[in-house]
Amino acid sequence: MSISFLFLCLLGLGAFSFLFGRRRIRGLTAMTGVKQHSRDVYHGSFVVICAVLLPLIILLAWSGLSPLLIDAMLEDFLRRQSPDLSIGEMGVLIAKVKAYFVGSLPEAFADELIRNGADYFAALVDYSTTARSFVVLLLSLCGAALGLRLLAPRFTARPAVERVFEIVMIVASAIAILTTIGIVLSLIFETLRFFDTVPVMEFLFGLSWSPQIAIREDQVGGSGSFGAIPLFAGTMMITFIAMLVAVPIGLMSAVYLSEYANPKLRGIAKPGIEILAGIPTVVYGFFAALMVAPFLRDSGAEIGLTLSSESALAAGLVMGIMIIPFISSLSDDVINAVPQTLRDGAAALGATQSETICQVVLPAALPGIVSAILLAMSRAIGETMIVVMAAGVAANLTANPFESVTTVTVQIVMLLVGDQEFDSAKTLAAFALGLVLFFITLLLNVLALYVVNRFKEQYD
Amino acid sequence: MTDYSDPDFRAARLKKRYQAEKRFRAYGMAAIITAGLILVFLLGSIIYSSLPAFSHHQVRLDINISEDYVVADAPEEGNYLGLVRAALRDHFPQVTGRRDKRALYKILSIGASDAVEDRVKNDPRLIGTQISLYVPLSDDIDLMLKGLIDRNLPESDRIVSDRDLAFVDKLAEENRIERKFAFALFTNGDSREPEMAGIKGALAGSLWTLLVTLIVSFPLGVLAAIYLEEVAPKNRFTALIEVNINNLAAVPSIVYGLLGLAVFINFFHLPRSAPLVGGLVLALMTLPRIIIPTRAAFAAIPPSIREAALGVGASRTQVIMHHVLPLAMPGILTGTIIGLAQAAGETAPLLMIGMMAFIVDVPTEVTAKATVLPAQIYMWANNPERAFVARTSAGIVVLLTLLLVVNAAAIYFRRRFEKRW
Repeated sequence: MSISFLFLCLLGLGAFSFLFGRRRIRGLTAMTGVKQHSRDVYHGSFVVICAVLLPLIILLAWSGLSPLLIDAMLEDFLRRQSPDLSIGEMGVLIAKVKAYFVGSLPEAFADELIRNGADYFAALVDYSTTARSFVVLLLSLCGAALGLRLLAPRFTARPAVERVFEIVMIVASAIAILTTIGIVLSLIFETLRFFDTVPVMEFLFGLSWSPQIAIREDQVGGSGSFGAIPLFAGTMMITFIAMLVAVPIGLMSAVYLSEYANPKLRGIAKPGIEILAGIPTVVYGFFAALMVAPFLRDSGAEIGLTLSSESALAAGLVMGIMIIPFISSLSDDVINAVPQTLRDGAAALGATQSETICQVVLPAALPGIVSAILLAMSRAIGETMIVVMAAGVAANLTANPFESVTTVTVQIVMLLVGDQEFDSAKTLAAFALGLVLFFITLLLNVLALYVVNRFKEQYD
Repeated sequence: MTDYSDPDFRAARLKKRYQAEKRFRAYGMAAIITAGLILVFLLGSIIYSSLPAFSHHQVRLDINISEDYVVADAPEEGNYLGLVRAALRDHFPQVTGRRDKRALYKILSIGASDAVEDRVKNDPRLIGTQISLYVPLSDDIDLMLKGLIDRNLPESDRIVSDRDLAFVDKLAEENRIERKFAFALFTNGDSREPEMAGIKGALAGSLWTLLVTLIVSFPLGVLAAIYLEEVAPKNRFTALIEVNINNLAAVPSIVYGLLGLAVFINFFHLPRSAPLVGGLVLALMTLPRIIIPTRAAFAAIPPSIREAALGVGASRTQVIMHHVLPLAMPGILTGTIIGLAQAAGETAPLLMIGMMAFIVDVPTEVTAKATVLPAQIYMWANNPERAFVARTSAGIVVLLTLLLVVNAAAIYFRRRFEKRW
């Protein structure tokens, strides 16, 4: 039985348990005439928990862990058949066996070993799924029976159900912590393996990035170099261009909308700008690569500038557009949070509205604005699709925005897209870049929070 | 020293200050107008460039469904391409050479035989008769007819040769060519041929992926929010969770892709390119985006409701399940819908886990190989063939329309059901 079918079975069993449990407690109460401790619903829910909770956990754990076990057993089986394969060859063989098993490897490419392996694999998978269905359904039925036996009018079903409910809630909240731990561990683990082959200093301060590694030992010029400075520089340049676009437009529109605009204009312009935030980044990427970049290149050629068709300028401009709503809505919030009394005071002293804004409102809102800009920067640095589609692939250490540069996120995508061997320095490098990205964005976010908490004025 | 008692100076200074005021206002207005123009230009240019993809030129052929090509016993084994080509040959009796014939066939799309095949399979009695049927032309001819390839260029500069032009002109003279709505865009899976490529497979992949995301992230998000907002004691553990959730909301999406690759694919050996893994990755990403608005929805409910329920003897769980949760539902659903809409437009983490494979079939389960709509758009955008530019834009228009509808539904929901206390 497939996992989704089993899941549905459990759901059905749960529903039946609920109905049975409720019916049974009603019957028992009517029979004995004792006053119930908990309401019917709780008795029903108690039986559901007995019937579903444990089998569900086992189902998930089994489905998550059995592929690991099966793969290990398959490798063991193949190793016994041909003991002198290297680890790499073994990986290829296992992949072939699995491909043959699902039918994507043509018959002609399969030898005796692969066929045997596929048969063994099929038997294991079959055995595992059958055993899984059997165990899960049996446990569920036993649980339901046990739950039904426990029901009695004085049985304290409500506290029991509520206790389980609370534990489930705590587990759900802990997922957030687990995710963070998962991110940090998986990044750090792979990064450490990367630093076994490439020194940390070379990665962080090296000036040359060409991650193509020789597939064979004797290949020429394929040693690969992993100096990430050109990537950091490219990321910084594109982020800087994006900020040059987004900060003035975003900030000025926020100021205008909150200080000058009448409700009607505000009602149109604010959602309008927010539409920009709802557009998927792949759309911006397409816009940058197929509309903005050719336009810039052609108009550059008109005035005698040579622009690369993957110039940092195009990617930066479009990324700036993407960031505008981010800056404008965050700044709008902080500008609105500045108390009206400050504006009234400035007006009473004879300041014009723009003087009030520049000399009173904006300085008062400055911590919030700075934090908005920092958050926007972290967004721009982590943004992927725009640069993947519109920026270059080759590392290029330059300060000229008309040339093509590459970024950290572009390289992560380039290193990982397509079939890859998981153990090569090439793929591990992507995780090292990911770790750098994670820490830089984390740092910017923490900094943004710190700025607000440290410098915010309390007016009330 | 400036002399503030001089009236001329004061007037001049006032004038300057008013001018500065005007300039400042103009900057603000300019910023808004710029943002508006960018939005209009962005959407306008994409919609404009998508228009060609919604129609396709087709040619009406009189097809003799002869028994030479297809037999009534086994209509699925018929040589339909041969049928269509024979029909085309009948129109051009003067074309005899092998190379000329091959050039002639090329004005038809590779998918031209599909229409005939469908007709004959649905109604095998047609075998032996003659039918008149529209079949699609190739993408280059289609672009030329739409005016996107200039036919006045010298022959060496354009994809369509003079010979092809002559064929097409003759068909056009006979009134056989017509521009029709491109149903293929919505009913086909992906294809290497632009005129045959459709978004059905990607849409199905997106739906499966989002289904997994919803099933995983909605209950977990709501439970976590209930715990943090209503139940949890204020201690270091809950403070840690809160910091974590806020940070997770700001982690770049590509990092979630790395997490998915390392944990789900390399550790748990789940299948690559599958909606299951994509959905799980997006679920982790969406989780904080559901928790945060859900908590806000709980916080907006006045304590008096809880106190009243407690006062008449409800347990804490009953207060939550019977009162707080139903009242917060509009806010929770709005937050969930917006979070899912964001997940639906996400591409980067899915590239990491292989959801941009070339997949023709429509996925039918969560472990099948699939792609999603944004990844499909990315793949088409990378395709160098001219006609794919319009396809890509059309895909974007579909995606944006879906997101617009979903977000509008969320806003309507909030307006309709939200209570102000």
